[in-house]
Amino acid sequence: MSVPRMRVPKTAKKGEVITIKTLIEHPMESGFRKGKDGKLVPRMIINKFTATFNGKQFFAADLQPSVSANPFIEFDAKVDADGTFEFTWVDDKGTITKAQAKITVTA
Amino acid sequence: MSQNLSRRSALKAGAFGVGAAVLPTLSAFAAPDTVAQTNAAMKKYTGGKVPMKGKIKLDLPQIAENGNTVPMGVSVDSPMTPASYVKEVRVFVSKNPLPIAVTFLFTPESGAAKASTHIRLAATQDVIAVAKMSDGTFYSDTKNCKVTIGGCGG
Repeated sequence: MSVPRMRVPKTAKKGEVITIKTLIEHPMESGFRKGKDGKLVPRMIINKFTATFNGKQFFAADLQPSVSANPFIEFDAKVDADGTFEFTWVDDKGTITKAQAKITVTA
Repeated sequence: MSQNLSRRSALKAGAFGVGAAVLPTLSAFAAPDTVAQTNAAMKKYTGGKVPMKGKIKLDLPQIAENGNTVPMGVSVDSPMTPASYVKEVRVFVSKNPLPIAVTFLFTPESGAAKASTHIRLAATQDVIAVAKMSDGTFYSDTKNCKVTIGGCGG
């Protein structure tokens, strides 16, 4: 898996709800597609995405083969204090990719 | 004369060939069991309860030219406080090989029960988003999407 791309605001007001966008490159092989040899290509998808803020999970997604290749996920978070977001992607092989982003809360 | 005959038989053979070639693919795509499968999965998810209308909004284009990436978003009207929030939103698809597309899990710290992603649609079909609230009630919204080229490698 590649280095994930993400868009997280650098600052927010206390209690503000911000929008986070993430994208990771992954074939998301559905397990229903036939390869050139006519055999089914085995399933290989990212099946779990989690987002934590200062260690506490606030959003997650269970992905199925119906999610497109290079999964894009957009979601919201309520920010009450300075901290670090951590995003985790896990695929069928158990490969874990993590990414972090810091946010500063202004008065 | 012989030319005519051969043309006629060729046409007949052609027509038959087309019919024979199209039928299996059609039945493979329009298999009614995927709809039944989706209904069964939804029933299992809600524990037999019929989801109420309202509160949840599913954003999906009416027509998708490419079924491989269809932008799909959900948003649920909720205060998102520990006393009342949206626990999950599960998105069901009626004609893909598997009934569930994605499940979003929320907490009060999500701030808003809003999420979006891109999904694959194998054929023109209904997409149903079901929200599970913290008080155990369910809300749903259904949108139909016309797909020109199917996803899922079909």
